[in-house]
Amino acid sequence: MLSRWLVVMSLLCAAFTLPVKSSAQQRSPAVKDWPGTDPTRSTADKGKPIPVHDLSGLWSGLWGSRLGGQAGGVQLHPNNGKPENEPPYTPYGLQLYKSHKPLEGKDQVAPAENNDPRTKCEPLGFPHANHYDLGVRIYQDKNNVAMLYQYNNTWRIIWTDGRSLPKLADGGVVVNGDEYREQRYFGYSVGKWIDDYTLEVHTIGTMPEDHVWLDNTGRPISDQTQVTETLKRVDYDTLEWSETIVDPKIYTKPWNTMKLDLALQDPRVDVLTRYCSPIEYQKYNSMFGDSASEK
Amino acid sequence: MKNRLALVFALVVGLSVSAPLFAHHGGATMYDSRTVTLKGTVDTWYWANPHCLLKFNVKGDDGQVVPWIVETQAPNTIYPHGFRKDSFKPGDVVTITLRPTKNGKPNGALLRAVLPDGTELVWER
Repeated sequence: MLSRWLVVMSLLCAAFTLPVKSSAQQRSPAVKDWPGTDPTRSTADKGKPIPVHDLSGLWSGLWGSRLGGQAGGVQLHPNNGKPENEPPYTPYGLQLYKSHKPLEGKDQVAPAENNDPRTKCEPLGFPHANHYDLGVRIYQDKNNVAMLYQYNNTWRIIWTDGRSLPKLADGGVVVNGDEYREQRYFGYSVGKWIDDYTLEVHTIGTMPEDHVWLDNTGRPISDQTQVTETLKRVDYDTLEWSETIVDPKIYTKPWNTMKLDLALQDPRVDVLTRYCSPIEYQKYNSMFGDSASEK
Repeated sequence: MKNRLALVFALVVGLSVSAPLFAHHGGATMYDSRTVTLKGTVDTWYWANPHCLLKFNVKGDDGQVVPWIVETQAPNTIYPHGFRKDSFKPGDVVTITLRPTKNGKPNGALLRAVLPDGTELVWER
């Protein structure tokens, strides 16, 4: 009995440390020079002192709290039809939502019927990038924090050098008092440390509602949005990431969309890329999506 | 025994898979809740984002050949479950368990495949 238990335990341990190959192929030794993400990482370094003003590292929202996927909508309010998850839409915001044909959430449609910009390989933009398979690699220096998002190899800069947040103006933003800059998929972000371990970030100047959505379920977001995030390193290997949206064009009041824990990963981990290819989407639809979607 | 062990191994590792789900689309509007198992001959195995696709031909009792096509997930997602770019070759006789689309077309979501050598590849939606 004991020896059988030891065999089972050995197999389970091996399952967490060895890569998987098909049983038709010979199993290879453990991969040591290209490590993958580790679901146990969130507990590995809890006792280490938290570095001050330092968010650098590879953070995965798909472990730790495991809530970073957000396929069903923003983390705090998934689009599941429950009253407490209904956003505070303006009349225009609700009209816009109803015009969206998403692939996820309670109002999802079949692939050939969707009008989700991401299936045309439009950039997710910000803050949608926070609500889809969230995982980021953070680098920082004295002037800025750089976030490399795993989805579609995108990146974003948060300026921490004390510069002011731009002002919205005429479909873009104004900086330095009178210099006009264009709208951006990831907007313009400034951040400041509000304590030793918490960075507060403000973002403005994102894309209009005909270019981007807030999440995969079709919730809208406009170019009038102002996003506030707090990134708090609660212990050495846990990053608590919160987000609040103010968008007077779409929502009647501020809306908390996210508060989730990301787990610090081995800095050598090679993150899987999620690159959107128009050619691949077209081929998928012609081979399968169109037929499977027919009524 | 070997295949059963491989299946258990694949399921256990599936619980710790490092590949996040690439949620291209949901399945609630498309797929029936029942499952269907078919035996057929591989035509094409398309290894690509956003979904890998398997085309295979099924000969009915009436002698008619119906071309089926089923989808699974992106390569990064199914690789830890044993799927490979060359898992299916044209001409292979395979047994496919799938969840069919609600519209009655010969389309579905691949749940498991049994290869000519008896290997099972499993991706349960």
